[in-house]
Amino acid sequence: MLPVGESNEKQDENSVDIPVTSPPTSDPILRTQHLGRIVKEKVLVEDATFEVRTGEVLAIVGPSGSGKSSLLRLLNRLDEPTNGTVYVEATDYRQIAPRDLRRKLGMVNQRPHLFPGTVEQNLRFGPLQRGESLSQDSIEHLLARVGLKGYATRNIANLSGGEAQRVSVARTLANSPLVLLLDEPTSALDETSKLEVESCIQKIVHDQGLTCVLVTHDTAQAARLAERVLVLAAGRIVRLGRTNEVLHA
Amino acid sequence: MLKYFSSNQLYLGLEQALIAASAAMLVVLLARKRGIHLESETLIAMVRGIIQIVAVGSILLLLLRGPRWTSGFLLAGMIIAAGATSARRAKGIPDAFRVSACSIAFGAGSVIALMTWLGVIDTAITSLVPVGSMLIANSMNVNGLALNRFRSDVLAHVGEIETALALGADAKNSVSPYVQASFEASLIPAIDSLRSLGIVWIPGLMAGMLLSGARPVYAAIYQFVVLAMIFAASGLTSLVSTLLIRDRIFTAAQQLSLQPGR
Repeated sequence: MLPVGESNEKQDENSVDIPVTSPPTSDPILRTQHLGRIVKEKVLVEDATFEVRTGEVLAIVGPSGSGKSSLLRLLNRLDEPTNGTVYVEATDYRQIAPRDLRRKLGMVNQRPHLFPGTVEQNLRFGPLQRGESLSQDSIEHLLARVGLKGYATRNIANLSGGEAQRVSVARTLANSPLVLLLDEPTSALDETSKLEVESCIQKIVHDQGLTCVLVTHDTAQAARLAERVLVLAAGRIVRLGRTNEVLHA
Repeated sequence: MLKYFSSNQLYLGLEQALIAASAAMLVVLLARKRGIHLESETLIAMVRGIIQIVAVGSILLLLLRGPRWTSGFLLAGMIIAAGATSARRAKGIPDAFRVSACSIAFGAGSVIALMTWLGVIDTAITSLVPVGSMLIANSMNVNGLALNRFRSDVLAHVGEIETALALGADAKNSVSPYVQASFEASLIPAIDSLRSLGIVWIPGLMAGMLLSGARPVYAAIYQFVVLAMIFAASGLTSLVSTLLIRDRIFTAAQQLSLQPGR
C-alpha cells in the first residue's frame, strides 16, 4: 500500500508493502512521487513516495548508508533525481527556480559550515542573496528563537559546537522557509550540545508550527521530535507511519 | 676549458651535454647509495629529453626560415598544446581543455597581438615565435596553477559551497572566494619573478641577448618588457580561466557536480 493521497499506478510486484497507519489529515506541503537516484548503477534512493503535511515533523530513520541524507539532498535539489519528482505546494519542484526552491526548503546540515565572520553576518547571508537586508530586530528575534540572544556580534570562531549549530538553524530560519530539512543536526555534537540543539529544534517546530523533515540515525530522537517516521533501508521506504506505531512495531 | 678542445659548435654542444648529463648521473649514484633507485628512469628521461629537444630545435630551424604568416600557425599550435597540458590539472572538471585553450588564446593571444601591433614585439618570425612562446608557456603554467588550486579548494569546501547554495546563493556567489583565491595564488610566481628580477635571477632571454652582443641596458629593459608582458598574459589567462571554469562545476539546476569520489 502506498501512502494515502498517492496513486497505486507505479506499484508492482517488487515494491515493498509500506504500512501506513495514519492517513494524512491536512494538505501536503511536500510530496514526493517515485523519487529515486541511481549513480553509476548504485541505488541511493529508489521509488520514494511520501508526503509531508503542513506543520508536522517527519523523521527519516534507517541504518548508515540507507539513503537518508541522499533523500534529503533530493528534497533540497542539491542532487538531481534520476526518477520521479517532488511537489512543493502542489508545484513540481523542477518548475521552481533552484534558488527559490532552496529558500523555501531550508536545509541544516550535520556540520554547521558557518561562514567566516560574525553571527550576524551569517544570519544576513540568505536574505542578502535576494537583495534583502535583515533588520537588527529581526536578527535579535532569530537569535532569541534559537536561545542565543545577544550573540549577534560574536565571531563564529568563538562558538561552541552546539552554539554553532544553533546559529546554523537561525541562519536557515532567516530565509523564512516553508519546510525545515534537518540532516543529522546533532550527530556531530557531544551529549550536552546535542540536548541544547534538540531543545532548540523542538521549540521551533512545535511551538511555532514549522514543518520539518528530520534525518536521524537516533530513533530515540525521532521518538522525541517527530509525529511520523519513515524508515529507509537500502534506499527504499520500508515503513511509514505514526512514530509510536513504527518504532515500537 | 672545453673551447680549447672543440672549435666546432656541434661537438662543443655534445661535450657540454655529456658533462651536464654526467653531473645528473652522479646525483643518481648518490641516491643509489641511499637505497633510492632512479637509474633507469633518469637515463630514459635524459635520452628522451635530448632527442625531443634536438628534434624540436631542428623543426624550428626550418620553420623560422619560413614566411612571417607561418608564425600565426606556430603560435596557434602552441596554444592548443598548452591548453591540453594545463587541462590535466583540472581532473574531473568538464570542458577543462576548451576552457584552458580559450583562456590561453585570449590571455596570451591578445597580449601578443597588441604588443606586435604596437611594435613592442618585432614581427620577424625569429622574434615573434620565441617571445610569443614565452607568453604562451607562462600562461599555460598560470592556467594550470589556477585550475589546480580551484579544483582542490572546491573539493575541500564542498560543505561550505552547498551550504551557500542551500541558503539561496547562486552558483557564482557560492564559489566566489575560491575563484578569487585561485586567481591570486596562480599569479604568485609571476609577481615573484617581477619582484626578484635581476636580484635573484637573470632570465634566459637577457642572458641570451648579452651572449649575442646586445647592449646590457637594452637587454635588461627588454627583459623587463618581456616579464611585464608575461604578467599581463598570465593575469588575463587566469582571470578568464577561473571565470569560465566556475560555471563548469555546476549543473543547470545549480548543483555542485565536482564532488570528492564522483
